[in-house]
Amino acid sequence: MLTILIDGIAYGMLLFVMAAGLAVTLGLMNFVNLAHGAFAMIGGYVTALAMNRLGMPFLLTLPFAFLVPALVGVVAERLLYARLYRRSHLDQVLFSIALVFMAMAGTDWLLGSGQQLITLPGWLQGRFEVFGVGIGRYRAFLIVICAALVVGLQLILGRTRFGARLRAAVDDQRAARGLGINVGGIFAATFAVGSGLAGLGGALGIEMMGLDPTFPLKIMVYVLIVVTIGGTASLTGPFIAALLIGTADVAGKYYLPELGAFLIYLVMILLLILRPQGLIARAR
Amino acid sequence: MSDTTLSHPATAARPDAGQRASRDLLRRGRLKPAEIVFWLATAASFFLLPDRHLLLSEIVILGLFALSLDLIIGYAGVVSLGHGAFFGLGAYVAGLVSVHLTGEPLTGLILAALAAGILGLATGPLLLLRASDLTRLMVTLGVAMLLLEAANRAAWLTGGADGLQGVTINPLLGRFEFDLFGTTAYAYCLIVTFALFLLARRVVTSPYGLSLLAIRDNALRARSMGIPVGPRILGIYAFSALIAGVAGALLTQTTMFVSLDVLAFHRSADVLLVLVLGGVGYLYGGLIGAIAFKLLQDWFSAITPQYWMFWMGLVLMVIVLIGRDNLNALPRTLMRRLRREDRA
Repeated sequence: MLTILIDGIAYGMLLFVMAAGLAVTLGLMNFVNLAHGAFAMIGGYVTALAMNRLGMPFLLTLPFAFLVPALVGVVAERLLYARLYRRSHLDQVLFSIALVFMAMAGTDWLLGSGQQLITLPGWLQGRFEVFGVGIGRYRAFLIVICAALVVGLQLILGRTRFGARLRAAVDDQRAARGLGINVGGIFAATFAVGSGLAGLGGALGIEMMGLDPTFPLKIMVYVLIVVTIGGTASLTGPFIAALLIGTADVAGKYYLPELGAFLIYLVMILLLILRPQGLIARAR
Repeated sequence: MSDTTLSHPATAARPDAGQRASRDLLRRGRLKPAEIVFWLATAASFFLLPDRHLLLSEIVILGLFALSLDLIIGYAGVVSLGHGAFFGLGAYVAGLVSVHLTGEPLTGLILAALAAGILGLATGPLLLLRASDLTRLMVTLGVAMLLLEAANRAAWLTGGADGLQGVTINPLLGRFEFDLFGTTAYAYCLIVTFALFLLARRVVTSPYGLSLLAIRDNALRARSMGIPVGPRILGIYAFSALIAGVAGALLTQTTMFVSLDVLAFHRSADVLLVLVLGGVGYLYGGLIGAIAFKLLQDWFSAITPQYWMFWMGLVLMVIVLIGRDNLNALPRTLMRRLRREDRA
């Protein structure tokens, strides 16, 4: 029981790390980006390839799993996304679906369609017992890392000058511009960090979710669910939503396997009926 | 009479405006020469390309499906990522009817249309939840995914991942057998599509259709003008679902097979792509897009068999980056430029 709870929390934390960037960019520019999962996939492949082909240790690959997608993200944002901020949502959906298609087919083309497997270092394998509850070492590792990231993000958002500017831009873009805040620059930076976090999430998630060229599509649904349910007003909403969805998914697969993926879609639709603006809606 | 006209110009203008409105509506409703040419060409394809009937049926079905999506995106401004749900439901209902009830094609078609329409009516209210586009996207996607899971789990009914076996369709109207070359199938698809097209055209050129355009352009203002936004969107959504259901049923009946593939996410994504290739908001976009899509798919598969999706994505991305409006206006801009050069 507790083991499942902890699995669910680890999974939820992972989802949050992947979705955090999307939540901020969606709130900031109102851009519906279905291609966020593609950045997560880049991160995953960076780790998988670095470990399997270059023989790098797992921990050492993680910074690269952050940096490479962040770099790709900043280039994509300046070259492509920035042109579409003022367009209709239909255009944005189409554009990001196109990006997903290209990322999937391109990955398949370059690296093959097989699952990428990695071997975790010995000290992350197996499980340990606390008060009779078995906890996977890797799950505990995930929770610690992701919790650190969550706290770090909250501190950056809440305590730094950059965070204050970002929150101002999310709350009222026009007024923020009027105050001399460089919204475009903030957005590029946020997009980069968001993509980097997604990539880190993808790398950390290989063990739990697998990694193949269809990854962007698979993860897209989860990440979007987290953001829609959580709302884009703050990071607290998506965080709660991610934990909820993670736990519901893991518990559902364990207790009600015949329901399969039913549960999370039902949970999503129900939550959207109850709170269409997300769990924590923007103050009006 | 003339006295009142002078003293109350506003009241006198009203019947005038009314007449003008009905004249405008009539003009919108009339078939234009280009449209007649389009349908004549379509009919001609039946006789001129006798060995391509299977492919052509596929194109027409895809076109009809995209047309149904155009009704909600182009006319009501509802973006959907889960329109495949209705297509898939129609396909499965048509399949199940033929297995358990009757092989008569028209019965299957009507039942499939009804089932899809009812699902549209049932899930439509979800679109009205103080809806932002994102909420709508997720709700439509969620419904489609739920349906896919349901079809996957209910293997006793749908055959699960193996597909539904034993779909047999009786001759159309008791006379025209569905043959291997798809000749009956193509004629059947064409006639059904044409009939539904006329119906859809009638709907969008009616005052009801105009009120939809008003909602699409500004829901808030439409509401303050007294247009009941919710019921109108619900109506067109159900109608669109019904047509998508028919498209699904046509696929089942002409291929005599249904599998989970009809409900997969890529259906919903592909149909969006088809619609955008052809252009949104003038009903022909779906049909023209379907032709373009199949041709492009053929061409790309010839270059790189497994990775045609990459090129398709690239085309879509270029279309969006150039801007769909600019692209539609391209012929006109070119003409204008040519003319100017003539003058210079």
